Amino acid sequence: MITLSASELMTINIGPQHPSTHGGLHVEAVLDGEMVTDAIVHLGYVHRAVEKIAEGKTYVQFIPYTSRLDYLASHLPTLGYVQAVEKLMGIEVPERAEYIRVIMAELSRIASHLLFIGSMAMDLGATTGLIYCFRDRERIMDMFEMTSGQRMIASYMRIGGVAEDVPEEFYPAVGSFLKDLPAMLKEYDGLIFGNEILQARVKGIGRLTAQDAVAYGVSGPNLRACGVDYDIRKAEPYGIYDRFDFEVPVAQGGDCWDRIMVRVEEIVQSARIIEQAVNGLPAGEIKAKTPRILKAEKGAEVYHRIESSKGELGYYIVGDGSEKPYRLHVRAPSFINLAVLPLISRGGLLQDIIANIATLDPVLGESDR
Amino acid sequence: MESLFLDIAQTLTGWLQSLGLSAVWADFILLIIQFACVAGIVTINVIILIWLERKVSGFIQLRLGPNRLGPWGAFQTIADAIKLLTKEDIIPTRTDKWIFRTAPLFFITVAMMLYLVIPMGDGMQIVDLNIGVFYFISLASLSTIALLMAGWSSNNKWSLLGAMRSVAQMISYEIPLTFSLLGVIMIAGSLRLSDIVAAQSNIWFIVFQPVAFITYFIAATAELNRGPFDMPEAEQELTAGAYTEYTGMRWALFFLAEYTNLVAVSAMASTMFLGGWQGPWLPSWLWIIIKTYIIMFVFMWIKWTFPRIRMDHLMSFSWKVLLPVSLANIVVTGVGIYVFKWMGWC
Repeated sequence: MITLSASELMTINIGPQHPSTHGGLHVEAVLDGEMVTDAIVHLGYVHRAVEKIAEGKTYVQFIPYTSRLDYLASHLPTLGYVQAVEKLMGIEVPERAEYIRVIMAELSRIASHLLFIGSMAMDLGATTGLIYCFRDRERIMDMFEMTSGQRMIASYMRIGGVAEDVPEEFYPAVGSFLKDLPAMLKEYDGLIFGNEILQARVKGIGRLTAQDAVAYGVSGPNLRACGVDYDIRKAEPYGIYDRFDFEVPVAQGGDCWDRIMVRVEEIVQSARIIEQAVNGLPAGEIKAKTPRILKAEKGAEVYHRIESSKGELGYYIVGDGSEKPYRLHVRAPSFINLAVLPLISRGGLLQDIIANIATLDPVLGESDR
Repeated sequence: MESLFLDIAQTLTGWLQSLGLSAVWADFILLIIQFACVAGIVTINVIILIWLERKVSGFIQLRLGPNRLGPWGAFQTIADAIKLLTKEDIIPTRTDKWIFRTAPLFFITVAMMLYLVIPMGDGMQIVDLNIGVFYFISLASLSTIALLMAGWSSNNKWSLLGAMRSVAQMISYEIPLTFSLLGVIMIAGSLRLSDIVAAQSNIWFIVFQPVAFITYFIAATAELNRGPFDMPEAEQELTAGAYTEYTGMRWALFFLAEYTNLVAVSAMASTMFLGGWQGPWLPSWLWIIIKTYIIMFVFMWIKWTFPRIRMDHLMSFSWKVLLPVSLANIVVTGVGIYVFKWMGWC
């Protein structure tokens, strides 16, 4: 008897060199026609042994490396690191420095989310969306250049404060940016989110339940898109975040569309925080008086976490009595968020994997470390 | 100016006959010259079109586009063409070499053959077939085979997926494309393109057939593999789809063919719906160029604004929306023609 065989499965490698994997991400997709039966994520193409490097550097020398983790929001990983070290050594940060840190961190978050919108549009084929988002992100990059002299990899935070005070021209720049922000979002709405083709491609795609999200340890906007109201800025406020009035946007669906919408709403809320911080910026010192050589006690350990643009970014540092850490570990949100990619991609189409990668918003520099 | 090209042809025929050739041979040589002209014009036009596409996309994307080489970067495409010509021609080892080599040639040949029937001006048609529209549609669908050849012979999974997509897509969109042209054919009562143009001397068919024009436009976008229907290439998903393994001039031939198809389909749209070469004041060949370029600009505009549609949405859109709409259009046109005749209006 002749049996008609079922269609054969085809394994296809998306990446590590691929236009829409945002760096060296390798997804091994098992396809039945265009249906995805499995998607296996292979990581490590951008591994630079950052955690090992930390053991050979002093606490101060390691700051530039942290900027290179999440290079799309470079102030955020640096902020997490310096706060962890301050916690370890009990260093008080001056008021003005705290405010400047908040402004920079939230500007980074907006920059990262703008890039998210742009690259998401690009991955779904709307190349023009990318350029519009880059145009607006450019203004934030200019502001970073004013304060730190660097545009992307700023390394601006210092243990005990920040490197430089903000210059005079920074205030009008940030003011005009916040003023133009609603118009920008409206423009994206017309060009990107309002498009029916795009909505059809992201609505109901890559659905992640709240239960699965919590079980996998997903954090950040990806978690809040599933209906879990959890933001470290509210749940465990670090720095001076308890002084600001803002909301945590939460969506219920857990699909790609919700992941996009949560981030758009976060841009608005970040703008609110920046406005309050700029208005309340006190005069004074920008850096605490710290000893020349920073040493942690032997056996002292700390875990400090912040809400980065990608999720819960944590630093675990163990001191050994010298000026270098004994061990440093980074809890990278991109790495843990990527773990759900197979889960949400199974049963979808090949084109949905692209939408899923784009809306999970991984940064491979952070995920591979 | 009106009969510039016709006069040139007349002079050439006269000169050939004065050399002692019979009328048949003179016509034959003239035909070869006409073919050569089509090939030349198509190639030059593509160079202009690629430059135009870059400028248009630059304008839409708040960029400048090419602006270094020549005035407004006009020579950039020529430089690119030279680069492509001098590039190494890689044929991967495990490919089906014979098919791999012929696929781009097949594609460009089919694309150029479309120009045989398109009237590019008053009396400026290489062959005025009595089944012109039928010829155009059947040749346009042949390009599917070229893409399938490229995808299959490359022995690459991305290429194969791209080829499979293009076959599914082009076969589905062939039907609404044909049906949208049927309405025009019913009104004109002829498949001959010169008759269709002549029937539009008073009023353009887009007035009677607005729905058909829109369905034709959408189906043609899919037929051309242009965004938002650029499934076979789908850069962000399939790297380069059916063209992944191609390099240098072979790869460029695919692009050449795609732009050639773009011009042909746009010229066809202006012939069928926008009155062809007819228009006041300007010479007829200039009119069709203007109309064709306007339609091509709209094609570019759409490509650079919309995201890519998903494959299954693409198929269901064709079968569930475009096909019923174009069928309904045929019914309405038929009833309309009957009513018009009955009332004695035409």
